[in-house]
Amino acid sequence: MERIPILQMGQFLIVTIQVDMHDRLALTLQDDLTSRISATNAKGVLIDISALEIVDSFIGRMLANISGMARILDAQTVVTGMQPAVAITLVELGLSLPGIKTALNVERGMQLLRAALGDRQADPEQDDVDAPVEA
Amino acid sequence: MPLSKRDLLPIRAETDIVMVRQAVRKACIEQGFSLVEQTKFVTAASEIARNTLEYGGGGEAALETHIEGVRKGVRIVFTDQGPGIADLEQAMRDGFTTGGGMGHGLGGAKRLVEHFEITSTPGVGTTVAIARWK
Repeated sequence: MERIPILQMGQFLIVTIQVDMHDRLALTLQDDLTSRISATNAKGVLIDISALEIVDSFIGRMLANISGMARILDAQTVVTGMQPAVAITLVELGLSLPGIKTALNVERGMQLLRAALGDRQADPEQDDVDAPVEA
Repeated sequence: MPLSKRDLLPIRAETDIVMVRQAVRKACIEQGFSLVEQTKFVTAASEIARNTLEYGGGGEAALETHIEGVRKGVRIVFTDQGPGIADLEQAMRDGFTTGGGMGHGLGGAKRLVEHFEITSTPGVGTTVAIARWK
């Protein structure tokens, strides 16, 4: 079955969506991510959508669902890399994605997740190791 | 308006929505739409294609490209033979849904395009036409 891979990096899960997702693939990702958050005790989820050429109401709803479910599972979600044309379209469509944290790129998204985690626990042991090598 | 090309795209499964998006994107690029224009039109087509599948029980999209003098346009007509929509005004309203969506589909799609026409007859089906000119 077709799936979008989920990578684990320390306490974070990272997903980059590189394909034009059909609806079931989006739902599978939603299910997979929530299971992985619970299985790995992840504290943050980063979803990079820089390769997505459109976000319609279905994908918007999936992003909102993931963010909401993750929050209930004690993890923060950040969506990164949205293309400007996609942002313009989403707002006109009527979806401003309330409750979803966004960042311009993966690097800033990781900073946001680390900051959110740092606020809750001052324990940066893993953070120092990989911080300088980000793309 | 002179029609230069017309393709019939089936909407029978979720993967067909992706095919519609890709075909519409290609047509928009051929007609010289800007990236924002392409994105808006493709997103609107995606919303309506999903409605055709989910509420109309499937149907088809006729994708047309037009050239009228120096003006170029893309028009898509979505048709289904589903249950139809009894109250169009209500269906167009933001936040209204009878399915599991967010209720932004039809109203949102209308805001994204220049021309939007919907006709629906309960028991017969629904036709939605959208168009954008360069």
